[in-house]
Amino acid sequence: MRKHLSKALALALAMSSLASVSLAEGSVLNVWCWNDEFQSRFNAYYPEVKEVAEDKSTTTLNDGTIVKWTINPNADNNYQNKLDEALLSQESAADDDKIDMFLIEADYALKYVDSPYTLDVRADIGLTDDELAGQYKYTQDIATADGVLKGVTWQATPGLFAYRRSIAKDVLGTDDPAEVQTYLSDWDKFNEVAAKAAEKGYKMLSGYDDSYRTFSNNVSAPWVDGTTGKVDANIMKWVEQTKEFTDKGYNNKSRLWDNTWAADQGPEGKVFGFFYSTWGINFTLLGNSLATPVAEGGKEEVGNGIYGDYAVCEGPQSYYWGGTWICAATGADNAETIKDVMTKLTCDKEIDKQITLDTQDYTNNIEAMNEIANSDYQSAFLGGQNHIALFAKSAEKIDMSNAGPYDQGCNEQIQNAFRDYFDGTVDIDGAKKNFETAIMELYPELTEVVWPE
Amino acid sequence: MQAPAKGTKRRSISYAKWGYIFIAPFFIAFAIFQLIPLASTIYYSFFEYYRSGLKVIGPNFTGLSNYVKLLSLDLPKYLGNTMLLWILGFVPQIIISLLLAVWFTDNRLRIRCQPFFKTVIYMPNLIMASAFAMLFFALFSDNGPVNAALISAGILNEPFRFLSSVAGTRGLIALMNFLMWFGNTTILLMAAVMGIDLSLFEAAEIDGCTPSQIFWKITMPLIRPILVYVMITSLIGGLQMFDVPQILTNGKGNPDRCATTMIMYLNNHMFSKNYGMAGAVSVILFIICAVLCVVIYRSTNEDEGRKKK
Repeated sequence: MRKHLSKALALALAMSSLASVSLAEGSVLNVWCWNDEFQSRFNAYYPEVKEVAEDKSTTTLNDGTIVKWTINPNADNNYQNKLDEALLSQESAADDDKIDMFLIEADYALKYVDSPYTLDVRADIGLTDDELAGQYKYTQDIATADGVLKGVTWQATPGLFAYRRSIAKDVLGTDDPAEVQTYLSDWDKFNEVAAKAAEKGYKMLSGYDDSYRTFSNNVSAPWVDGTTGKVDANIMKWVEQTKEFTDKGYNNKSRLWDNTWAADQGPEGKVFGFFYSTWGINFTLLGNSLATPVAEGGKEEVGNGIYGDYAVCEGPQSYYWGGTWICAATGADNAETIKDVMTKLTCDKEIDKQITLDTQDYTNNIEAMNEIANSDYQSAFLGGQNHIALFAKSAEKIDMSNAGPYDQGCNEQIQNAFRDYFDGTVDIDGAKKNFETAIMELYPELTEVVWPE
Repeated sequence: MQAPAKGTKRRSISYAKWGYIFIAPFFIAFAIFQLIPLASTIYYSFFEYYRSGLKVIGPNFTGLSNYVKLLSLDLPKYLGNTMLLWILGFVPQIIISLLLAVWFTDNRLRIRCQPFFKTVIYMPNLIMASAFAMLFFALFSDNGPVNAALISAGILNEPFRFLSSVAGTRGLIALMNFLMWFGNTTILLMAAVMGIDLSLFEAAEIDGCTPSQIFWKITMPLIRPILVYVMITSLIGGLQMFDVPQILTNGKGNPDRCATTMIMYLNNHMFSKNYGMAGAVSVILFIICAVLCVVIYRSTNEDEGRKKK
């Protein structure tokens, strides 16, 4: 009996020591995101990836670390709700369940950056100034709170206006980006082109929310000052333009991301153009332009739908749209791996350059982007245009100084409230009141909302 | 239980304790999952307690300020929405259910294939409400099948934007509620009608009653208890209407918040985990529910009391 007992004890001791050795750094890297964009980039471009599981739920790295992907879709604020609960209980979670890295979007970046739940990228993770020097400065500005950098990104997201070459030829007589830009260089000219397009039976824009970002990024003050919500005059300009477009029939009354909007980007659509930023072009517009989707065996090449019929120009105002930042969660137990992932995917010039060449995404490396901009890179999807050059010009003008933690709710709710006004269901005062109600529900600490004269 | 003789005191068995033991699991579960949360909801409704970003603000005692804020803001509007949506769905539901129940149980009509019909009308009840709402969202969207059919049939020239019009959205929600529940109501009312003694109907026919007289003077009074039950349960369900309008309008209650029900309003407060306001909404809803149920119960049972005298 004693012999068996002592053998069992020895076995148990041996196993526990084995386990503790392999758990030295934490053998599971937990990454939380809301879609598979980062997962695809990671699996394709991170050099330490050994193999990807069949159902893509885990990725195994060369050193045995298992990357576990937790994907919670963004609808109805689901992603943030789940993330918040997990972050708040991070301390009591088991080591292998603790969140190591999570993704955040520009609209609500400050909520996490300005909290104790994210780690300092320099002091805690170990990224050096040298490594971070190649990035666009604005991508670091937005993820910095009190001088401490809390998140890095592999994307820069300047915005452009993507137009249909065939429709531009019909309406303006040319489809050359530089020439089209002269017709769209400010809002007055843009509205004139809208009238011309309508005469030929085309719609200028697809829906109410298309031009919103261009206006909202050029405001002169953040959404909230203390506890007072302040609607900027530029937002009201968006309201005016959209109401005019709707009344004159220059748009298709669609909503961002709905079926009509997606269909308008495809072969059946008669819409002149769409405001899109970098990720939108490869992640959304490309897919929507195909007649046979990739899932059904279609290829991303000329001949499938209107692939090749789009081109980009700067548009009436420069703007940025979103972007995804990677943060390290406080309490993460994989600092070395996190450092390597962040360095390779956001600071490495060669990897970033490859990502852009392959996926047409615009990456966060000034040198790499300038190289491609000055090369003879051509995008087949955009009919042979070197759109990276245009993006590179626009990226330098991005100004995120008016970003704030209330952006997500305010942006969403103002588009929502004024949709009824554009539809004609309420008048402008009703829409304003609905916006105020919605905002004060979302953010109970706000006391009033002020409108411009 | 009679007390046994003195000598056999040791063998006295009390079965009472087994009764308590058998009902204990229910009460324990009730206490943990319903009573304690109920008490804490009411408790927090008097506090200011929400999250701003990741920062928890509160709980700070603020007395009745949450209730005052609610009643002076839009709560009456959302209550009106909820009642309107319920009535729009319930009125057709009860009429058609009564009609179907009477037809299916009529001896002279003798409708055949009854099990088939009963299954088919009950089926919408089995669908998950959110899936049903998603289906309607896709069907009635601007370039969806219904609009396409109406245009090709020549009834409309351009698509009617159901989900952007107040009447359209409310109508769709009422239609969905009607479809989901009329089967259930029909089955219940059929059971009620079948419980009426056949000899009453025969006597009425011999006396020369018309079908409508039979319906109003015999059937309706005798199925009153079931009707009351149907009304009360439907009212409670209606006041708590959430999944159908939430999915159909994508959580926004548009257009112009015409489809925002009380529970959707409560859900909006949960965006910032505002337990104070959400608790206040819950308490108000509870009071309204209780008052309405008592009103219905009293008004339908008072007559019975008078009859007995």
